[in-house]
Amino acid sequence: MNQGSILPLRLAEVSFTVGGPAIIDRVSLEIDAGPSTIILGANGAGKSVLMRLMHGLLAPSSGRIEWSSPERPGAPRKQAMVFQRPVMLRRSAYANVAYALKIAGILEPRRGALVREALDSVGLSHLARRPARVLSGGEQQRLALARAWALHPEVLFLDEPTASLDPSATREIESVIKAFDAAGTKVVMATHNLGQARRLGDEILFLDQGRLVERAPVVEFFARPKSEQAAAFIKGELPWT
Amino acid sequence: MDLIRGPLLLAASLAALPALAQEKFIVVASTTSTEQSGLFGHILPVFQKKTGIQVRVVALGTGQALDLARRGDADVVFVHARSAEEKFLAEGQGVRRFDVMYNDFVLIGPRADPAKVSGGRDILDALKKIKAAGAPFVSRGDKSGTHLVELDLWEQAGIDIVTEKGPWYRDTGQGMGPALNTAAAMSAYILADRGTWISFKNRGELAITVEGDKRLFNQYGVMLVNPAKHPNVKKDLGQAFVDWVVSPGGQKTIAEYKIGGEQLFFPNAK
Amino acid sequence: MSEALTAAVEMLVRLDPKLVEIVLLSLRVSLSAVAISALLGLPVGAAIAVGRFPGRQTVIVLLNALMGLPPVVVGLLVYLLLSRAGPLGALGILFTPLAMVVAQSILILPIIAALSRQAIDDAWREYEEQLRSLGARRMNAALTLLWDTRFSLLTTILAGFGRAAAEVGAVMIVGGNIDGVTRVMTTAIALETSKGDLPLALGLGMILIAIVIAVNAAAYLTKELAQRRYG
Repeated sequence: MNQGSILPLRLAEVSFTVGGPAIIDRVSLEIDAGPSTIILGANGAGKSVLMRLMHGLLAPSSGRIEWSSPERPGAPRKQAMVFQRPVMLRRSAYANVAYALKIAGILEPRRGALVREALDSVGLSHLARRPARVLSGGEQQRLALARAWALHPEVLFLDEPTASLDPSATREIESVIKAFDAAGTKVVMATHNLGQARRLGDEILFLDQGRLVERAPVVEFFARPKSEQAAAFIKGELPWT
Repeated sequence: MDLIRGPLLLAASLAALPALAQEKFIVVASTTSTEQSGLFGHILPVFQKKTGIQVRVVALGTGQALDLARRGDADVVFVHARSAEEKFLAEGQGVRRFDVMYNDFVLIGPRADPAKVSGGRDILDALKKIKAAGAPFVSRGDKSGTHLVELDLWEQAGIDIVTEKGPWYRDTGQGMGPALNTAAAMSAYILADRGTWISFKNRGELAITVEGDKRLFNQYGVMLVNPAKHPNVKKDLGQAFVDWVVSPGGQKTIAEYKIGGEQLFFPNAK
Repeated sequence: MSEALTAAVEMLVRLDPKLVEIVLLSLRVSLSAVAISALLGLPVGAAIAVGRFPGRQTVIVLLNALMGLPPVVVGLLVYLLLSRAGPLGALGILFTPLAMVVAQSILILPIIAALSRQAIDDAWREYEEQLRSLGARRMNAALTLLWDTRFSLLTTILAGFGRAAAEVGAVMIVGGNIDGVTRVMTTAIALETSKGDLPLALGLGMILIAIVIAVNAAAYLTKELAQRRYG
């Protein structure tokens, strides 16, 4: 644990409600550096909302969310997020990554090298000058990964990053995620794809109707789910994809 | 931000231009009849050539033109409503009034002539007949010189138009031209100054029905706006214009303006 | 109608110097007004779209309502401001093209601000999470969105230009329709209508419409080409 790390992240009795029943219902957990964490659950289980709460895009209705060293407004963020559908600015691929660095306060002279490294890491160097919005879905998602990773965040949240992609684009994205994981970034990813969870995950957080039902290492979760809901979910999602 | 920079430069340069153009000019508040009949188009170039002074004419109804001058927005007024002009002078708004020229008003009406007034010379008689027949009549209704004359004629005919008007009387609140357009569209009677009528093109079924009554005399006057009251008035330039208009040269230029061989205004400066 | 067309074609063929002068002044005045309104209106629109402040809804409703400002009312207000007897009378710019630019700017500022607010609001819905995730502050986000919605904003600016080029009420009052100084397309049309020369008025109208179409076509082509390039 290096000095000034933002991890671990602690959630205490966190709930999130908009009108009706709780979307996130009294979730308490701690996320630490190291092995990648998969948030698994059916559609509507609350995976995306939980990630947005962690990432600070939503404020909890009750409960507390604490990073071990709090973010200072204006300082570059040590966490980043990639969404299911990437939002690309109407400018070149290169400029999209550079934009993130500029927002983070990285000065012009340092940006170039960082942008090139980030694009290289996702295999998009050859498309640097191409307008981002005309790239394919898979390329845009890789660019989103490059943009998120350009500052080597400690934590990278991924919200179903391959849900709208075809299998070959999915494989490319997964290999990039593996590389980031190997480079020491803590990956927290939501998915409802069991195959992807097995391929990329070290541990599983299983959500059902807004509640954290089960937390277990991947192998154990799939071999011996402790809860009925998890067992039903694993069965229901077969065959694995 | 190229999106913004280009237009900004353009705006700055464009907006700056008018300030540079033509330093020596005066604003003359005048009436639509003098402007739209083309008189100013004829005499102003002559004046500008002689003196180098550009005359910027804002053409309004006489009432509005005088109001404009009351706020100090004109250097000279050139209008045609004796009583309103004298009131203006009495308020100290003008320096001194000069007669410039005259023409006359004519009663315009449809060729079908439902009120049977065509060919007459008595305007009061004609107005009475129009009212009796309930024939459509279009009024300027805009405090212009022509409007004031029209109201005065109804009064002389013994008709209190405010209380006695019916649906046949259309108060349009428009300038001479638009009111003539309305009259043409409605085949209505209308009082017009001869200058505007001669230069008016969209006559439709309209023609002159009554003319030659001495009550239809239409005198134009010119005044310098009082610099004591409005310090921004360009006293010397404005006075130069007033002087020229009543000078033999100016009077001759006015007399020379003709449309289709017909003289529109008759100089009568003393 | 055919008379009007003949009149229009004749003026164009002869390249009537009077006509050219009037057309150029129209463009000068309206384009200047558009530039000024865009300069003020776009940032205002972006700030309202991205900002969260008390009374925001009221401001939006007001801005939308002001899009329907009657030109004559704007003209009258500006006249009273610029009149020698008014608070800005000392500037002495009444009955000059500058006064017309001021009036038209006021007239179309709400249009540009309201329409850009709408366009940027829509974009903000799409971009908000991503920009906040990157750590962008609202000010930053507003600037980013201004640039990223530039193609929609072009349409907004064109709407402003169309309104400015077409209005007659405001420029008539503050410009005075002075021959050779403040006479523009619309006031010339009004004048010719007054003189009963309807074919000439309509001919001028056709030329005005043709110019507005040409400006719009040029802007549309630029937008299409750029959009194809940037997606």
